Amino acid sequence: MFELIVAGFMFAALIFYAVTGDADYGGGIWDLLATGPRAGAQRDAIERAIGPIWEADHVWLILIVVILFTAFPPAFAAMMTALNIPFTLMLIGIVLRGSAFIFRKYDIKSQEVKQGWSVLFGAASFFTPFIQGVALGALSTGQIRVIDGRVVSGFFAGWLTPFAFACGLFALGLFAFLAATYLTADPSTESDVQNDFRLRALYSGAALVPIAFLVFITSKQGAPAMYHGLTQWWAPLLVGTTLVFAIAALASLWLRRFALARIAAIGEVTLILTGWSLAQYPRLITPDITISNAAAPEITLRLLTYALVVGAIVLFPSLFFLFRVFKGKES
Amino acid sequence: MPLIAGYAHCYVESNSDFPVNDFLFARSQMGMSLAFHIVFAAIGIGLPVLMVISEALYLRTGRPVFLELTKRWSRGAAILFAVGAVSGTVLSFELGLLWPAFMEKSGAIIGMPFSLEGFAFFTEAIFLGLYLMGWKRLPPLVHWFCGVLVALSGILSGIFVVTANAWMNTPAGFKIVDGKITDIDPIAAMLNPAAAHEVLHMTLAAFIATGFAVAAIHAFFLLRDRRNVFHRNALGMALVLACTSAPLQLISGDFSARSVAKLQPAKLAAMEALYRTQTGAPLRIGGIPDDQSRTTRFALTIPHGLSLLVNRDPNSKVIGLDQFRPNDWPNVRLVHWSFDLMVLCGVALIALSVAVGWRAWKHRGVPDGKWILRTIVAAGPLGFVAIEAGWVVTELGRQPWIIYGVMRTQEAVTPMQRIAIPFVIFTLIYLFLSVALVFLLRRQFIKTDAPFSEVVTKNV
Repeated sequence: MFELIVAGFMFAALIFYAVTGDADYGGGIWDLLATGPRAGAQRDAIERAIGPIWEADHVWLILIVVILFTAFPPAFAAMMTALNIPFTLMLIGIVLRGSAFIFRKYDIKSQEVKQGWSVLFGAASFFTPFIQGVALGALSTGQIRVIDGRVVSGFFAGWLTPFAFACGLFALGLFAFLAATYLTADPSTESDVQNDFRLRALYSGAALVPIAFLVFITSKQGAPAMYHGLTQWWAPLLVGTTLVFAIAALASLWLRRFALARIAAIGEVTLILTGWSLAQYPRLITPDITISNAAAPEITLRLLTYALVVGAIVLFPSLFFLFRVFKGKES
Repeated sequence: MPLIAGYAHCYVESNSDFPVNDFLFARSQMGMSLAFHIVFAAIGIGLPVLMVISEALYLRTGRPVFLELTKRWSRGAAILFAVGAVSGTVLSFELGLLWPAFMEKSGAIIGMPFSLEGFAFFTEAIFLGLYLMGWKRLPPLVHWFCGVLVALSGILSGIFVVTANAWMNTPAGFKIVDGKITDIDPIAAMLNPAAAHEVLHMTLAAFIATGFAVAAIHAFFLLRDRRNVFHRNALGMALVLACTSAPLQLISGDFSARSVAKLQPAKLAAMEALYRTQTGAPLRIGGIPDDQSRTTRFALTIPHGLSLLVNRDPNSKVIGLDQFRPNDWPNVRLVHWSFDLMVLCGVALIALSVAVGWRAWKHRGVPDGKWILRTIVAAGPLGFVAIEAGWVVTELGRQPWIIYGVMRTQEAVTPMQRIAIPFVIFTLIYLFLSVALVFLLRRQFIKTDAPFSEVVTKNV
């Protein structure tokens, strides 16, 4: 029972990471793509928006990893072995994104140097969510095989597939859309720049439809178990609700109801990840590693559950305070 | 993409031809990542304490010099914390990327302190964001309290991580029956025998290293302009932190060494280059340990010194490396030399602390003599040298075990081949970041120093 509670916490952390940490990567994507007469103002808006929160947002990823290796050690070992290469690439992206962002902010050398950090920040922000999508997709392909606790499918299984790359592309589009939507609603964004991000959110939000379709098509061959899940009785219901949220987000953007658009976009991302998790359940790595066969002994899971509950009691008021101070209405 | 091609090429080419090399590269990558991260982790523990003290003084006295100081230290903290956050993420993944079998075995036992560390780190990141960007948005006392929470959670996350490391040295909280791990007790694992002395030693080390490094920077500027109140106050605060912690480290170091003698006698024997178990064991300083002849040449030898230090009895017995099979020995030379380097730095800093304390007491103020300031500048890096050397002692001294006495490091290594590639990439990235950081921090000081010094002198 405790393994399901802990898995639930991990799923929640994944959603929080996606709607906060990955959205910060989305901000970096728009930083790289900043164009037009207001490119500088766009970059400033992005920096103001993610500056105070990106480090806290990033910790969700660490929390996911820590829960994974405490509660499901064999799953962690297998993932880090089979997906050694994409995770290593992801780490390079994480290090360069974070360092370049903070260096750009505090470096007072020259405009050229700042420009250099800017490009590095943007490129790393582009790359990192893509490779995260690829890695997450690889877990569903069924090509990573673990027999007697050993990965027997080598270091290239799963992630070098059309399905995994479609997932990477989808993650890229999703977080770009999410970031652009947030930026329209951020209290510190000026109205000209707000218009720029409104258009960007509309474009990227619309682009998600064909990419989602691509993921679905490639899953038939590339992730049969997932495809099977997505054709279950509950799937149309979930896809339908997700579509409603997606349309609501785009409509709110169109009608300039930005606060509403932000909520709808968060709902959309949450539902997409819920769908993925339901189609994946109870497998952590398709097909061999499941929540129950990878679970740590009960005592570990029980103590971890207590720690997560106490941690959440400390964490959520703090996070609420952080976001209220920086994302609430300007006083 | 060339990277992936490189990987692919190597994968095809290598049919487990040089597994030993991969093992060495995996260890090098872990060691390099830790050596890089530990600097930022230590500053993340020490610098917030200074910020909080300085802001408290500002709130009490209202003098702008303390506000300026708080803001400047917090700017340094912002930059260094960000690098620490990302290099820490690298480590949490590398545990699995490089040592999957280790994590598979120990995750359930020792994941607990890592999870708690996750929350402590989360709190630190949240309140650091509030602290750095919230100057105008938060009432002064709330702002200060955010800083206090940053300092506390920084200390706490250090404690949790060191606890996990201590478990690798003195594993506890489980049983092995027929080669399988049973009876897991995560609490007992967390409270393992080495936890207390490692935590104490590392936390003090973070205060000392940060304190002396910060002191060195301000002593450097004070040397140029003795009337600068800004640097005088900064130096005073940094010295208070460093010079009160340093003498305590003497007690903590003694406690650590005697604990290691009990818990990991092979490590102690390597630290002291003691090949032969003997009564009245001498203390050897420096020299060249030689595993073949089991002697240490050219060492400064203090008869009965080691027995006296370890057991408080000059004629007591101390276990040497001869009690262990040679393939269970750590690298004696590196461990012994690193240990001596750490102690040397520590003794130098304690001596400096005493000198500073005496001068401060005599002159009723921050010491500003030319030679003592020059010494403080020169001693700036010693705290970090000691941390790096001490870390080498702990980790290399544990070898060849990843879980002392339970699992060998070689058994834990990833089956991934050509680890040289990520090792080289991360080394280059970290080198690049280090160089960029040095220039960046230098520019912060040089560009902002001149106007500040005038303003502050006028205001006070």
